[in-house]
Amino acid sequence: MVLTKTRQRDVLGHSALRPDGTAKVKGDFAFSSDLWAENMLWGATLRSPHPHARIVSIDLSKAWKVTGVEAIITASDVPGQLTYGLISEDQPVFAFDVVRYMGEPIAAVAADHPETCRRALAAIEITYEILPPLTDPEMSIGEQHIPIHPDGNLIREQRIVRGDITATGPIVVEGTYIIGMQDQAFLGTESALATPDHDGGGVEVYVATQWLHEDRKQMAKCLNMPEEKVRLTLGGVGGAFGAREDISLQVHTSLLALRTGRPVKMQYGREESFFGHVHRHPAKVWMKHHATAEGEIVKIEARFLFDGGAYSSTSAAVLLNGITHTQGPYRCPNAIVEGFASRTNNPPCGAMRGFGVVQACFAHEGQMDKIAEAAGISPVAVRLLNAIRTGDTLITGQILESVAPVERCIRETDALPLPPPLPTDAHELLLPGGSGLTADRRHIVRGIGYGVSIKNIMYSEGFDDYSTARCILKDGVATIKFATSEVGQGFVTLAPQIARSVLGVDEVVTETIDTQIGSAGSTSASRQTWMSGGAMDGACRMVRERLFEHVAAIHKLDPLQLAIENTDVVDTRGHLRIPVSEASSGVRFEETFEYHHRPTEDLDENGQGNCHVAFAFVAHRAVVDVDPELGLVKVVQIATAQDVGRVLNPLSVLGQIEGGIAQGLGLAVMEEIIVQDGKVRNPSFTDYLLPTALDAPTVIASMIEEPDPQAPMGAKGVGEPPCISVTPAIVAAIRNAVGKSIDRCPVRPQDICL
Amino acid sequence: MTVFIPRSLQEATDLIAEHPDAHLLTGGTDLMVEVNFNHRRPEKVISLGKIEELHQVTINDDHVIIGAAVPYAQMEKGELGESLPALAEAARTVGSPQIRAAGSLGGNLGTCSPAGDSLPVLSATNSLVHLTSAGGTRMVPFSEFMIGPKRNSRQPHEIITAVTVPRTCGWQGYAKVGTRNAMVISVASACVVFHDDELRIALGSVGPTIIRCTDTENWYQSLASKKSTGVSLEIGSRASQESRPIDDHRSTADYRRHAIKVLAQRLFERGMSK
Repeated sequence: MVLTKTRQRDVLGHSALRPDGTAKVKGDFAFSSDLWAENMLWGATLRSPHPHARIVSIDLSKAWKVTGVEAIITASDVPGQLTYGLISEDQPVFAFDVVRYMGEPIAAVAADHPETCRRALAAIEITYEILPPLTDPEMSIGEQHIPIHPDGNLIREQRIVRGDITATGPIVVEGTYIIGMQDQAFLGTESALATPDHDGGGVEVYVATQWLHEDRKQMAKCLNMPEEKVRLTLGGVGGAFGAREDISLQVHTSLLALRTGRPVKMQYGREESFFGHVHRHPAKVWMKHHATAEGEIVKIEARFLFDGGAYSSTSAAVLLNGITHTQGPYRCPNAIVEGFASRTNNPPCGAMRGFGVVQACFAHEGQMDKIAEAAGISPVAVRLLNAIRTGDTLITGQILESVAPVERCIRETDALPLPPPLPTDAHELLLPGGSGLTADRRHIVRGIGYGVSIKNIMYSEGFDDYSTARCILKDGVATIKFATSEVGQGFVTLAPQIARSVLGVDEVVTETIDTQIGSAGSTSASRQTWMSGGAMDGACRMVRERLFEHVAAIHKLDPLQLAIENTDVVDTRGHLRIPVSEASSGVRFEETFEYHHRPTEDLDENGQGNCHVAFAFVAHRAVVDVDPELGLVKVVQIATAQDVGRVLNPLSVLGQIEGGIAQGLGLAVMEEIIVQDGKVRNPSFTDYLLPTALDAPTVIASMIEEPDPQAPMGAKGVGEPPCISVTPAIVAAIRNAVGKSIDRCPVRPQDICL
Repeated sequence: MTVFIPRSLQEATDLIAEHPDAHLLTGGTDLMVEVNFNHRRPEKVISLGKIEELHQVTINDDHVIIGAAVPYAQMEKGELGESLPALAEAARTVGSPQIRAAGSLGGNLGTCSPAGDSLPVLSATNSLVHLTSAGGTRMVPFSEFMIGPKRNSRQPHEIITAVTVPRTCGWQGYAKVGTRNAMVISVASACVVFHDDELRIALGSVGPTIIRCTDTENWYQSLASKKSTGVSLEIGSRASQESRPIDDHRSTADYRRHAIKVLAQRLFERGMSK
């Protein structure tokens, strides 16, 4: 037998490896915090220790006397707009008059050393008149409290009314669900390096961000510069999860650089990072489901209250996502939903993986289990009975046009093998309590729970979040460019795969990710594979057409009969076969493509409208071991079947699934920012607990491939779904194990055993 | 900041006599966190890591002497771990492998946090803390050493050099509750030691100091039938009543009281079954 060794090409469908993977594992990858420039200064931020106070005076005189200080800036030094924001520009670059949350920036310094910065910050004297903090979101929206911001305390209010609101059924179940404040807790803290132009008329900034062009737009306004004078390059990003959607140190660093005429680097420490970005909204969700005796949903009533904290960030969009996902992946003919996003003196909240849907899902999945119990059917049966299908109408009146393999997700998840029972001689580290040796085998009970979710992908409500990509083909080498932030999701792996598949090349050069090309939109909302993938696919296809025209002209063929087969241009009706490298030798084709998704609409006053682009689905089954007496939990296994459309890189998809599950597990049993009277009590990794290897469960995953005809390559985004329904699945498994109603997450030991 | 790196105990005691305001550093797992968080900006630091004497371990038939700079990793297993099982169990719960490679009893005792993982073991085993100054060494029982949260009876000119941990005749064990399965600060912990007829129970993270449950111990001592049913339950309840926990960002007083009840009962049962 002759073995022919064929080289695996890193085309679509293969597990191409990350180009930065080896460097990251070896510690060689340059994160934005590793940036350095000749003659560089360090910047640092002074933050409010109070959640609510009037700034009576700021005295910088002593700080200026610290040797090595080169600049100190406050709100009065901001040359342009004093406030910024993603949706509403309500957040000050530096607080003026009033501070509205603990950790709000008031001043920044640039100096020769981080220690000099620290001393200078300590020497700034601020006189505060402490004001009582507004920390209860119910009080905030109740209109009896005086506004804590000129824009008022209600960030957004929206209702959804659909069908017969008097409809009911023999089964009525309700619950009030509490979701705690989760942090994105990326490992690479906020950092940037800003270098001023020689004439001071512009600035170049390396920054870890999710959306270069939006940062630039907001920065230019505050810096009072034309956008083209603010040039951004993506610094190495150590995770994002939504926390880099709002700007943090971008304007501060740029201002310090422009003021001193020198490069300035800023980098938050871990504690500062907890104050430097927005968090997941803590929420209170009430739901009342009416169902038939068999368990079919007749009507849902719901009320959402999201605590937006001091500034609006993306609260308005998070609220929309929450309320429009009230029904979950289930048919629901009648609904009445009201939602509020409030302003308080708590930490500002905004984007985090799942974006409002996490909160909705925790509630609707709790409700599904209650319906199942009332109807006397299993958690799986109630979900199959109600599973939504393509063509069904959502409570917003929007027709669900996306491929919706919800039933398949549920059935395939349920068919995945269960873990073996906990052995009688189980290793002590595998019991709940782990290394603490708190339990013996006989103290442990096992539970199983299910969660299913629907998640919109791309931006909603009329927003045209397009993406841009460029492709150059020359001498058999494709050179690609885009402004898509690589935050770990893997577009730097995927984009060359697209180029290889479309163009039949092997060698692909990815140019620097910066603002020297059109916007790619944000790396969020599970949108980059669809949007930037669509743009890259489009640019490559245009170049391929040019190549075919070129080859066809030489060989007197119709370009339409040419195709790419592996790395060759072939004539589908003849015998011509030329390697792409040869066909493109000595010529250069360049094309730029802008991909837009189909337009969406705003909701009307009754919450009706085609507000979302597309949806993705997933089911999770959790198996947990619980120590009921101590309230400790060990998540044993998560089984999941996810609707991915088409798998473009199996390893990348699995990475998203496993990572999302770990993050959803965190919200289920340990991750919570504790805020008391507006003050964060646990801004460290000592007390903000992330899952360790010993907490991470075995994951068995099935990827459901039903290509979506609306998606450019048939592939849906896969980033958010893994973390959404895994949280309610774990909590359901805990309820199942201990037979107790638990309506909040994270589940604390005392919620189980007291 | 001045950092002194003495190579011998003599050199170190001379240095601290001259600089009683200096911070003592061994593994740095507490001090460097405080420095990084700007909670402490030490002017002078005496680094004890290079002192040979502080790394010594002496295992005798009735007691073990552990140098103050011996890392937890060394206590987890091997001869040292086998001779002091409860301390080995406590050592395995300390932070991550990296922390256990650096952290030591000297640090746990110096910081004297009620959540210090090794401290309930040192309490229940009636350990002695060696405090050395230029004038010599004094031995202080743990119960007299820890006098409050993050407060101990070390004098400014003294260095914690070692701990004498008596070996006991009977089972001993340790358990710690945290809301993560590894690498977590204790929410409540307990050490139970059987020594001949005697029962000893020490609690961590549920009071301003490590709490020795002397009332529970005495009650047990007075029992005619120590193996009768219901004893373990009663021990749990009594130990819980001796705890003095508070609410904080890590847990609530109610849960801590409950956890002590469960831990003391389970540890007692574990000991009785061996």
